[in-house]
Amino acid sequence: MSTVIDSLRTAVALAAGGDPTLWRTALLSLQVSGTACLIGAGFGITLGAALAVSRFPGQHALIVIVNTLLGMPSVVVGLLVYLLLSRQGPLGQYGILFTPAAMVVAQSVLVVPLIAALTRRQLLASLAEGGDQLQSLGAGAPATALLLLVHERFGLLTVLLTAFGRAIAEVGAVMIVGGNIDGVTRVMTTTIALETSKGDLPLALALGLILLSVTGVVNVAIGLLQWRGTRTPLQAFG
Amino acid sequence: MTAPGGTAPLITLRRAGVSFGATRALQGIDLALHRGERLVMVGPNGSGKTTLLRLMHGLLAHEGERRVHPLQPEGREPVCAMLFQRPFLLHLSVQWNVRVGLWLQGVPRREHAARSADALERVGLGGLARRRARELSGGQQQRLALARAFALQPDILFLDEPTASLDPGAKREIEALITATAGPELTLVMSTHDLRQARRLASRVIFLDEGRLLADLEVGRFFEGAALPEAATRFLKGELTWSH
Amino acid sequence: MVPLNLRRRLIGALLAIAGIGLALQAPPARAQDARFIVMASTTSTEQSGLFAHLLPAFKQATGIDVRVVAVGTGQALDQARRGDADIVFVHDTAAEQKFVAEGFATERRNVMYNDFVLIGPKADPAGVKGHDIAAALKRIAATGQPFVSRGDKSGTHSAELRQWKRAGIDIAAARPAGYKDCGCGMGPALNMAAATNAYVLSDRGTWLSFKNRGDLTILVEGDQALFNQYGVMVVNPAKHPHAKAALAQQFADWVVSPAGQQAIAAYKIGGEQLFFPNAGR
Repeated sequence: MSTVIDSLRTAVALAAGGDPTLWRTALLSLQVSGTACLIGAGFGITLGAALAVSRFPGQHALIVIVNTLLGMPSVVVGLLVYLLLSRQGPLGQYGILFTPAAMVVAQSVLVVPLIAALTRRQLLASLAEGGDQLQSLGAGAPATALLLLVHERFGLLTVLLTAFGRAIAEVGAVMIVGGNIDGVTRVMTTTIALETSKGDLPLALALGLILLSVTGVVNVAIGLLQWRGTRTPLQAFG
Repeated sequence: MTAPGGTAPLITLRRAGVSFGATRALQGIDLALHRGERLVMVGPNGSGKTTLLRLMHGLLAHEGERRVHPLQPEGREPVCAMLFQRPFLLHLSVQWNVRVGLWLQGVPRREHAARSADALERVGLGGLARRRARELSGGQQQRLALARAFALQPDILFLDEPTASLDPGAKREIEALITATAGPELTLVMSTHDLRQARRLASRVIFLDEGRLLADLEVGRFFEGAALPEAATRFLKGELTWSH
Repeated sequence: MVPLNLRRRLIGALLAIAGIGLALQAPPARAQDARFIVMASTTSTEQSGLFAHLLPAFKQATGIDVRVVAVGTGQALDQARRGDADIVFVHDTAAEQKFVAEGFATERRNVMYNDFVLIGPKADPAGVKGHDIAAALKRIAATGQPFVSRGDKSGTHSAELRQWKRAGIDIAAARPAGYKDCGCGMGPALNMAAATNAYVLSDRGTWLSFKNRGDLTILVEGDQALFNQYGVMVVNPAKHPHAKAALAQQFADWVVSPAGQQAIAAYKIGGEQLFFPNAGR
């Protein structure tokens, strides 16, 4: 219990003290996970929309695969991306292993199945409600997908937020492909892992609380955006 | 009102049928739709009215033959639009919902503003152009759906129980808008369970039961004494004993 | 009430600004990392804090950034074999010599040494306190007291296995009753030992900077056998042409030079020197 109280005090002191390393680490976490979510959204939303709206052979197999990949452990994703980016791997010549770019790649791979599955689920409801009406207006599959994405844009924001939460909280993938290099690829979660292994538990917990607060602020910001957009506060935070 | 036999047909169905899996929703349908008609379908729930509408509009896979004939004298394919019992409106403004319809049809962008404003005026929603579509009342939403359809300048308008979910006032508004615009330029095909509405709006009535077309008569003859199949007679009696 | 499209434009502008802000962060990082090498080293070396002390001095002397990826010795060498590092800095002479024999480096150089210490509960239930590591391990095996092993192919793990062998105990064949193989780094192993009041072999550097000691203390030290030699090897450009051999060589040269050796000797925790430079000896 005293560890927790120590950590709360340390957390407040760190946050108030404006330690530059801390803020640089937090900023890197936000950048890596934020970029990964945007890239992952590009692929994930497209895939999710296609799975919702189109009919093509092998569709059901693909849906099962996507749903299974949802549960992929982040450390496995990290390992696979490492093998891809290693000098001996197919993409080794770009030399992006152990840089923030590699972390962005790994986290993008991590969130694509999540975004795809959630987007598909989001669209299926609207599709049931109005798919045939859009069809009667002359919309083919691509137009239907586009219109429903616009229609569901606030729901999609929640999907992206969920993906962001998953990305910024994971440590397995970024540890392996980033190497936890001080000042280059060290993010909040890998710092917490490092401090834990050094036995500095109060500091590790304090950093954890700070990370949680950062994610909390992002959630609140997006929630406010949605509230102004839909004017139904309860729905916005759901 | 034009006599069914006199003009060339727009859509013909020959021995057409529709199945959903093991269920046969429609079978053996022979029907010809003529320009300027106001064709109303009646029948019990589950008789296949909605399916027949969608089949005529071209939304369903089917057996048998469905043919769309070019308009005379214009020589082009007829433009179709459909109204549903509960209109699906996007989370956009009123005018954007109309513009989406124009975009989907491929109308050139420069015409969008004028045609959508025009259509909204016609249905009396001109002042609400920027409102969120989903905030409108039931009657207003159906009027928006009508505007969306009118903006496309359709030759054939399909309506699937368009006033079933509306209160009497809204129902009257919608009916008024439909009758105001129907004419030699706009052919109507409508389904309804409201027989008085059928009487008010139709030029020709068909009766469906269990996926089969059992009666097809001019409106006067349908409601006044012509020899009808038993199912139709029972249906009429059943309905008319209730007061609306 | 702000009209719908104006509000949308405002939100769009906010998002655009945020996006640009994010994107602008990237270039500065790339500008300063023009001269850098990737060094594969061990968690124990990093956690001792040596690099935070040593590398800035090197950067000042040469302008080269050293990016340390800290893993176990075995993993560090494998990483270099794959070509994912430019230089290796570990503490397992036998494994390093194998690395050179395989051609992945042209030579290895001694840099510094520190020592291992046997950590255990203050109460010392196995009665090992003293200066003889082989005797201590024999007693731990005989009494079945808990012992945490890193089990991760690290330099420390190799040293631990060597000591068991010297004590006449074959770990692979018959593990002592309390032997726990965690497959983890030095920090987590110490955490586990603190939590279960177990014995554990650690390098002095990690122990000195370790904060979660619980009831543990140093019980055996000073045995010649606990001497821990660090070596540096530049990855052979013949095997991996893309490796930054020239820059890496600068580090290998600097760390054995008087300047580098002095920097190593100057690193202290609580007034105590952790690493003892011994290049060229």
